[in-house]
Amino acid sequence: MALLRYESQVRPPLVEGDKNYHQVTEDICRPVEARPTRLWWIGFSISVLLLIFGIYSIYREVVYGVGQWNLNRTTGWGWDITNFVWWIGIGHAGTLISAILLLFRQGWRTGVNRAAEAMTIFAVICAGQFPIWHMGRVWDAFFVLPYPNTRGPLWPNFNSALLWDVFAISTYFTVSLLFWYTGLLPDLSTLRDRAKKKWRKMFYGVAAFGWTGSTKHWQRQEALALVLAGLSTPLVLSVHTIVSFDFATSVIPGWHTTIFPPYFVAGAVFSGFAMVQTLLLVTRKVLKLEEYITVEHIDVMNKIIVLTGSIVGIAYLTELFVAWYSADKFENFAFWDTRANLYSPYGWAYYCMMSCNVLFPQIFWIRKMRRNIMVTFFLSIIVNIGMWFERFVIIVTSIHRDYLPSAWGPYYSPSIWEIGFYLGTFGLFFTCYFLFVKFFPVIALAEIKHILKRSGDNYKRNMEELEHEKVEEFAKVHGHDFGA
Amino acid sequence: MAVKKFVTGSFEEESVLFPAVKQVRKNGYKIHDIFTPFPIHGLDKAMGLRDTSLHVAGFIYGITGTATALGFITWALTYDWPINFGGKPFFSLAAWIPITFELTVLFSSVGMVWTFCWLCQLAPFVKKDHFNLRSTDDLFVMALECTEKTNETETISFLQGLGAKDVQVQYKETKWWWGRYDKDKKIFEPKSEIAY
Repeated sequence: MALLRYESQVRPPLVEGDKNYHQVTEDICRPVEARPTRLWWIGFSISVLLLIFGIYSIYREVVYGVGQWNLNRTTGWGWDITNFVWWIGIGHAGTLISAILLLFRQGWRTGVNRAAEAMTIFAVICAGQFPIWHMGRVWDAFFVLPYPNTRGPLWPNFNSALLWDVFAISTYFTVSLLFWYTGLLPDLSTLRDRAKKKWRKMFYGVAAFGWTGSTKHWQRQEALALVLAGLSTPLVLSVHTIVSFDFATSVIPGWHTTIFPPYFVAGAVFSGFAMVQTLLLVTRKVLKLEEYITVEHIDVMNKIIVLTGSIVGIAYLTELFVAWYSADKFENFAFWDTRANLYSPYGWAYYCMMSCNVLFPQIFWIRKMRRNIMVTFFLSIIVNIGMWFERFVIIVTSIHRDYLPSAWGPYYSPSIWEIGFYLGTFGLFFTCYFLFVKFFPVIALAEIKHILKRSGDNYKRNMEELEHEKVEEFAKVHGHDFGA
Repeated sequence: MAVKKFVTGSFEEESVLFPAVKQVRKNGYKIHDIFTPFPIHGLDKAMGLRDTSLHVAGFIYGITGTATALGFITWALTYDWPINFGGKPFFSLAAWIPITFELTVLFSSVGMVWTFCWLCQLAPFVKKDHFNLRSTDDLFVMALECTEKTNETETISFLQGLGAKDVQVQYKETKWWWGRYDKDKKIFEPKSEIAY
């Protein structure tokens, strides 16, 4: 009994209510084992309808070409790449929560990591759609892969940021999926062992891969999780860095800046956490999981939102300063005349971005606001809108007026099929999410049980009574980590 | 494939389990395994299991990825089909860092997960015998393997004395087989010879 992980009373409990291991299992498995509610069916149906609309929009684009979107020679990237960067940014919170917070030993991650990782995977699937269908001749999409071909063989350009993107995003998707699923195996085995119905035994039996909970397997699983977290941490930073290279390695004023990688990563975490808030605030309410995803969790995530939002804000101001300081005509034009100028064609988008991302989140400096569910929900949506506008501002304002005024394009606004494609990815995302909350445990069961005796409400209360006793005595009764 | 005889007992508290493990080992019983619903830190040490070397495998897979990426890109862009990009050198290592890094991570992760599944015999349609279904819910289930010398009743009372609940003798298959959890039929019948 060498070590006891005693957690200070200053830290609020992460699991509320009188819980024991069995109660945790019951609470988290309940929504999975119950019949789907009417609310679930309504949400699921709307998502599927959106998805169908999206598929039709893609069909129009494949048959008639990229001209179906209102892109033109000058504004060659519009909503599609905006949406791509937006979704991939959202896909950053999950791995940040599960990987970086695992390395930093943040106990609160256990309540939210499973859902956030699922969100990551679905968001990356949605993000991937945009560059693929944007290719126009999508049947040639496999040209990006380095395979022995009859053209030489001619290899893709490994020096191109767009090819780095292909590797970064496919790696990110694969690693996130593996990380998520290896963590899910024990929880699926819990569902398998509780199953009464035949199809459940079959489904969870296959999905749980024959997990038994053997001590040796747990040891390996923890080692695996730790190394995957170590690998995912630079990976998650690399993905949005490489996405930012798509812009930063070009010579377009407004894109050609060295600040992009950290600025994009901060923005990605910012929007990712906002999306986690949006989803989890609804999920905890509907599935009655308020005792596991507590106000404390919401508070902590809001702190990250205000931090990353402020980093993004500083990046915006730095960009403006550097444009002025460079005394470069084109840089000044890109930042001061087309962005920060309210009367330029897309000036409204810039100020929309500024207020949503920098101004409004400052409310989270106030503790009462961070812990207010309605304020948090409202702001999480504001942040998502703001971050969408950030990408729109970066992409569209920079290219719609470039070096030569005669090449300036007409005012770009999206077509119904371009909007439909975006809505379709919402359909895809929420269809996946609804299926996930129905068939998989939304909270990492095993991980909650692991922190229960340290951070559970009832256990913490007991600890308080015994706090002044001898440490050895205390460890004997309430210890959890023995000889660790 | 062998069906073996076990004495199993369930524990509800970690603080009972740990001294029990110590006593069981001291008295020379052979712990087949302890099944827990979540990872208990220190239990592997208490049971005398050696550390896993999964991370070493991860490192080897990782450097394989690094070598694959660097080797392939170098071959493709400097030897097989060099392309002049604005007069830049064919061998432009800095531009290859992103893909090299990604492949390192990809190889390492995929390889480690594969190795993990291989070592723990995890795959879809893999079926195993379970000692107590509550071991994935709230119980820590200890299984002691019986040999010719084992005195059954003595073992049972010994485990009960250590605080184990629901102590019983079970005959279980120790290997895995292909099958489905809703069906008892084994696709490949393991030899069901009872050892003792």
